[in-house]
Amino acid sequence: MNGGDILTLVTVFVLAAFVGFEVISKVPSILHTPLMSGTNAVHGVVLVGAMVVLGQAQGTVEIVLGFIAVVLATLNVVGGFVVTDRMLEMFKGRQPKAGRRPGAAVGSGGTGGADGSLSTPAGGAAPVTSPVAEGSGS
Amino acid sequence: MNLDTGIRLAYLIAAVCFILALKALSGPKTARAGNLIGAAGMALAIGMTFATPSLSRFGLMVGAMAIGVVIGLPAARLVKMTAMPQMVAAFNGVGGGAAALIALAEFVKATPGSLAVYQVVEVLFGIVVGSVSFAGSAVAFAKLQELMTGRPITYPGQQVLNGVVATGILGLAIAACLSPHNWLIAVIGILGLLFGIAFVLPIGGADVPVLISLLNSFTGLAVAASGFVLHSVVLVVAGTLVGASGTLLTRMMSAAMGRSLPNILFSAFGSVITATAGADGTSGDRGVRSATAEDVAVLLAYSQKVIIVPGYGLAVAQAQHSARELADLLQARGVEVFYAIHPVAGRMPGHMNVLLAEANVPYDELKEMDEANPEFQSADVALVVGANDVVNPAAKNSPGSPIYGMPILAVDEARNIVFLKRSMRPGFAGIDNELLFDPKTTLLFGDAKDSLTKLVAAIKAL
Repeated sequence: MNGGDILTLVTVFVLAAFVGFEVISKVPSILHTPLMSGTNAVHGVVLVGAMVVLGQAQGTVEIVLGFIAVVLATLNVVGGFVVTDRMLEMFKGRQPKAGRRPGAAVGSGGTGGADGSLSTPAGGAAPVTSPVAEGSGS
Repeated sequence: MNLDTGIRLAYLIAAVCFILALKALSGPKTARAGNLIGAAGMALAIGMTFATPSLSRFGLMVGAMAIGVVIGLPAARLVKMTAMPQMVAAFNGVGGGAAALIALAEFVKATPGSLAVYQVVEVLFGIVVGSVSFAGSAVAFAKLQELMTGRPITYPGQQVLNGVVATGILGLAIAACLSPHNWLIAVIGILGLLFGIAFVLPIGGADVPVLISLLNSFTGLAVAASGFVLHSVVLVVAGTLVGASGTLLTRMMSAAMGRSLPNILFSAFGSVITATAGADGTSGDRGVRSATAEDVAVLLAYSQKVIIVPGYGLAVAQAQHSARELADLLQARGVEVFYAIHPVAGRMPGHMNVLLAEANVPYDELKEMDEANPEFQSADVALVVGANDVVNPAAKNSPGSPIYGMPILAVDEARNIVFLKRSMRPGFAGIDNELLFDPKTTLLFGDAKDSLTKLVAAIKAL
């Protein structure tokens, strides 16, 4: 790789850093955890690099390292997108309140699964614990 | 157009998909689509990599990917919603691990002495940041999964030891740049793992999610470094995007908790909590969580049941009309809304009912305390507008408190509590309200009428 190539990559790096700072702005706190999970899925693109390492490996050590890297990176991709999608399922259109009885959700186990879905056991990151009870009583 | 150009263009499209995905993930309406756009970009990038002519061992590759899918898919699908944060930590950690392994493999492959200094720096950066992220995420996972205590683990000289390890990594890295040996690189990698563990141990409790977000941006940077090592533009773009937006997100998350990032990383949150828990009624410098009108609007709009608790602040601000407008908007979105009226809400019994009736609030939406209290535990949000003492749990829990024994509205049983308040000043009785410091409480500061008007505007804009 000559000096020109590394400068191209540095240029890409700097521009991408600016885009990364600008692209998310004013994220409502309810979306903090899903956005974290979504960006987590995006860096799963490391799988492409892992595939290149495995596909171009020359010795046994590299093959083993590349193989493990592909396994780990695949976990990152699959887990990242699936977990994010499950979190965001909470945001799908709501049912009208017809047929709901007041207090129908009291102590209902059905809401339990959604409890804290966008947050943490400690309720830390997203101030919102359970904005949308999943399907319960609707 | 030859194949190589096609592959590069596909990577460009994938990078654009990732940018659009992050953009869309920032808004509630577009978030789910954003995730799918990201997944589409990812599928394109991976698919085109299979077409790369210089690669071989596709069988082994597919086998490794199959293992990843067989472990990852059920784990992600079956995990309980409450366990999501630790899953994010786990999937983040493996990404960091993969980035470190890529850098390591490329170093092993290079002929000894053939690497320029900047190439060694790229490798070292990928290995160190990747292994810190891997080990740190593993500890964060263990904490959240309760495989170990979730509380901060501290010991004397902890910061000093962490400093020594960090300095050691830096020193060895400089040595490795001068004469890159395999064993030096291996020691640096192991120190990176150790540092990841040591750095996360003192962070506990509610701070762990912020930590995961920070480790997430670390992984992004490690991926960018492995992109430099492999001369892969798509890795540099995606990794840097995550590194930058993840840093910003980490700051937003710590700001939402009312704390600064250094405070979270170096102050061992849990010990602070235990220290102040006994001292009743001291607000001191405890953090409260304030939010913007947009945050609260999203929370309200995506709830199923909202209970409005009006108090004196609503009366003095003449905000009853705005309150009704907000309730109407929410009801139009299918949210169940009613008002819980404390007997002494306002300045005299019945004051609040009159004010709200004047704003044409239907009578059946006004519930007296005894009727309203059982409803709070099924409410998604209790929206407290300018009330304080009538929702203060001290009346139930603190025998020493001047308001002990006063019946209160059971706002503390709601899943989320939002206070619209002018300031942190205590209420009429002059005593602090523990509820303001509750982890499920969000504060929106400002005049009640202004805040309600902003909420109405923000919900209309959703």
